[in-house]
Amino acid sequence: MGLESIRQVFAKTSAARRSAFLPYFPIGYPDYETSLDIIEGMARAGVDAFEIGMPFSDPLADGPVIQAATSTALANGVNTRRCLEAVGELRHRGVEQPLLLMGYLNPILSYGVAEFAADARAFGADGLIVPDLPPEETAILSTPCARHDLAMVQFVTPNSDEARIAAADENATGFIYVVSLKGTTGARESVSEGLADLLGRLRGQTDKPLVVGFGIGSPEHARAINGLCDGFIVGSALVNAARIPGDAQRLAEDIMGALVE
Amino acid sequence: MKDERGKAWDSLPNERGYFGDFGGRFVPEILAPALDELTKAYRESVVDGEFSRRLETLSRDYCGRPTPLSYAQRLSEYLGGARIYLKREDLAHTGAHKINNALGQGLLAERMGKGRIIAETGAGQHGVAAATVAALLGLDCRVYMGEMDMQRQEPNVFRMRLLGAEVTPVDSGSKTLKDAINEAIRDWVTNVDDTFYLLGSVLGPHPYPTMVRNFQRVIGDEARIQIREAAGSLPDLCIACVGGGSNAIGLFYPFLGDETELVGVEAGGLGLSTGKHASRFNDPRLGRPGVLHGTRSYVLQDEDGQILDTHSISAGLDYASVGPEHANLRALGRATYTTATDDEALEALHTLCRLEGIIPALESAHALAEAMKRAPGMSRDAIILVNLSGRGDKDLGTIMEKLGDEL
Repeated sequence: MGLESIRQVFAKTSAARRSAFLPYFPIGYPDYETSLDIIEGMARAGVDAFEIGMPFSDPLADGPVIQAATSTALANGVNTRRCLEAVGELRHRGVEQPLLLMGYLNPILSYGVAEFAADARAFGADGLIVPDLPPEETAILSTPCARHDLAMVQFVTPNSDEARIAAADENATGFIYVVSLKGTTGARESVSEGLADLLGRLRGQTDKPLVVGFGIGSPEHARAINGLCDGFIVGSALVNAARIPGDAQRLAEDIMGALVE
Repeated sequence: MKDERGKAWDSLPNERGYFGDFGGRFVPEILAPALDELTKAYRESVVDGEFSRRLETLSRDYCGRPTPLSYAQRLSEYLGGARIYLKREDLAHTGAHKINNALGQGLLAERMGKGRIIAETGAGQHGVAAATVAALLGLDCRVYMGEMDMQRQEPNVFRMRLLGAEVTPVDSGSKTLKDAINEAIRDWVTNVDDTFYLLGSVLGPHPYPTMVRNFQRVIGDEARIQIREAAGSLPDLCIACVGGGSNAIGLFYPFLGDETELVGVEAGGLGLSTGKHASRFNDPRLGRPGVLHGTRSYVLQDEDGQILDTHSISAGLDYASVGPEHANLRALGRATYTTATDDEALEALHTLCRLEGIIPALESAHALAEAMKRAPGMSRDAIILVNLSGRGDKDLGTIMEKLGDEL
């Protein structure tokens, strides 16, 4: 549980000489029950950890696919509390992978940061990813996260300079989320060209696991970056696939297949 | 500049962009380097005499500054109390105070070598100002505007297009200002290298609230001199409407160290009890501290922290958050914030039309409504200074719908 479970994921994938695969999926899309079934199905496919999306009315780092999905989740009555309960339900169903909650800051502030961290841990979450919280503002969450053994992920981007990379490295627990491109979330035709250079630059500055996100959406992409990074996140492509029952789970299986072939 | 307790108002914000507990920089990491670059370029521009001279020259020769201060004699006599003076930002080029900030940031974009500006707009006044400055300086311009706002501010949409800007409809969320800001930010994270985000109010991440305030303080700086000449003393009361709060902070800031009472007026919409309003400060069930669009301030939100849709007859006040410096002024007790309903604003607008021959913007009519409430209870020696932040031509469609049958 907690930070140790995340550490073990990267120990295992690194020993297997592959990158870890972390699907993102929002609670409440297309509806509450189905979202849990999809996550459970992906867990059975052997993915390494999850980013569990919590909806927010104004998701300004997200592209159209995740905007629409989280908007549906809100319309379905999903709120922060319900997302924490979903984590509990996933644990009850036997999902053992690390679960990192991904959500914007305001609903977490509204819940109360101390209460949120305590409840997240109590329901079985292992970490937190907050896209609108850069290192200079992260103190409000890092203290309660540390108290409850929750990872507090930090972001770096193609335009982060040395000082900002150092700040991310200093504040990150669990892993560093490497945004592979300038833009919002959403699958792209191919993996960002400058990614290898960016990862090389980061390796010189941090020992923490580097997990790439934004723009990755297919087994081909997975093959292209397998081994380059410690892990990668797929979000919009899975959400898109979920429009057809069974397709999100199948895409997750195909991506896992591409990593271990 | 210090108040009677020796507090240095101009020492705010701190290095991290905080006005007391409010402000900060809550943005995706990709924007942080861009905000650092902007902060640096802005600081350099402040001490660059050439930049200041160019801004002053264009403010005078292009925008028509200083804008006049008008004594509203018939309105004052009608109300039978304090003497009411109007700071005539409606007479600035493009018809509102928004040009002050758009010109300042446009020159900064040019200085930083950014060939493209993006902007959000609610009422369309900031969008028009941004499009105007883009035409003046030869910059590409895209304006994001909620679909609902595009409908109710149609003339401004056409004005922006006429000026050469691309207007992009935003159909997500409530289709109003907050959604336009989301979309502008998404554009900025995608095109951060060559694009300047020309934010229209004292909102958003540091350094915007400070920078926009400093471009708007010309309103108060001018008015402070003008009212001394016209009335012989400083005003007893300054009133301005508050959406994001840029015209209000522009008026208030130079008076912070004075005895003058400062009152901001929020959109009361259909009334506070209906929940259909845009009052962040006066409905504690819905308005409480939170983080929206990069800054910590008062935010209209539900119990789960989701941002609420707002309502106001005036698109320019129809926003769920408010500038962080206002939240701090309120916390310190230096300014107070009240509301005017849609009906009160319309009534005030109609009164000013008939008594003074001025059609104010619906936004500014909220400030007038407060002046009309306060003036009768004050002495005839007392002075009220109202920021007439914009003209009402853009609102004629809405006004015709509401008042057409009476005329």
